[in-house]
Amino acid sequence: MATTVVELQTAHGSGGDIGHADGHAEHPPSSTGMDSRKLIMWAFLASDTMFFGSLIGTYIIYRGRAEALGVGPFPFDIFDIPYTSVSAFVLLMSSLTMVLALGAIQRGNQRGLRVWLLATALLGAIFVGGQYFEFTLFASEGLTLTSNMFGASFYVLTGFHGAHVTIGVIWLLTLVWMSLRGGISQENSMVVEVAGLYWHFVDIVWIVIFTLVYLIPYEEVATGEGAPAVEHSMNLLARLGAALPF
Amino acid sequence: MAIDNIGAPSRELEHEHEHPGSDLYIRVAIVLTIVTAIEVVVYYVEAFRGFLVPALIVLSVGKFFAVVGYFMHLKFDDKRFAWMFAAGLVISLSVFIAATAMMWSDEYYLGDVPTTIEQ
Repeated sequence: MATTVVELQTAHGSGGDIGHADGHAEHPPSSTGMDSRKLIMWAFLASDTMFFGSLIGTYIIYRGRAEALGVGPFPFDIFDIPYTSVSAFVLLMSSLTMVLALGAIQRGNQRGLRVWLLATALLGAIFVGGQYFEFTLFASEGLTLTSNMFGASFYVLTGFHGAHVTIGVIWLLTLVWMSLRGGISQENSMVVEVAGLYWHFVDIVWIVIFTLVYLIPYEEVATGEGAPAVEHSMNLLARLGAALPF
Repeated sequence: MAIDNIGAPSRELEHEHEHPGSDLYIRVAIVLTIVTAIEVVVYYVEAFRGFLVPALIVLSVGKFFAVVGYFMHLKFDDKRFAWMFAAGLVISLSVFIAATAMMWSDEYYLGDVPTTIEQ
């Protein structure tokens, strides 16, 4: 019995030691051996992937239909690729500052944590501000939620992404506030890591949106005027599907 | 005896935080920036129009996995996190492919729908 108690204490103590080394001290040991906060965040991100997958699929269908119906404005009339590229770059850089914030607190650098968290929040705010400006511009050019199916699906998709970024910015500022009050230490850096997972997810969603929504042209497909690469890709997929044994 | 294992730190947990240093993160960010620039160049250069879509998708997938693998530490973390995310990704891709496949379906294509509403 004494041995068991000692083993339990050792096991728990080891968990704490690991925490001291890398930020797990306040997290009770779990039967899975994984940090439960991280586990639940990954589960949430997996579900959010499905959410955005559905929204992007819906956008692609509705955008094609809007173009087929000939009710504008159309994406190629209003999209400003250089402007959106800068937005994509800003969000990409915010992922870097986020991971640097995590690195800072894992080294016990409180000032570094706050600086990089604020930089991340600032870049996120710039992205959201840019999106607001873009929406305003599009609306002035006649694209609203009710203009056509492209407008409806575009605003819903990018609007939900913008909402995610906004929540992320609030989360980051909350972490800065917690840090100022001494609530974040090297031992519980997991709170920063979990926020970082969310933030990077918002970035990868934008990577997909930037390509599928802004860069890939659909008008050629919808009007049947060409897009040999798309047709070739679809034919290739069809042949691959036919070759599958099930 | 089993209870002894509950609190014990697993090998995976010990390996969870073998994260790389800042230098690697900066290198990854530089690569991601370059790839984004290439995407925009490919979009504008007429010579690339023939393989624009596959090129953009390949570049985008590369960026996606670079962020997930390095910034989100999935490359260094417990593989069960990766499996969990992959499950969501596979379901998401299935929904996406099924939905977009309808776009190319003759049955679904609504070319004959009237463009104006009769009063």
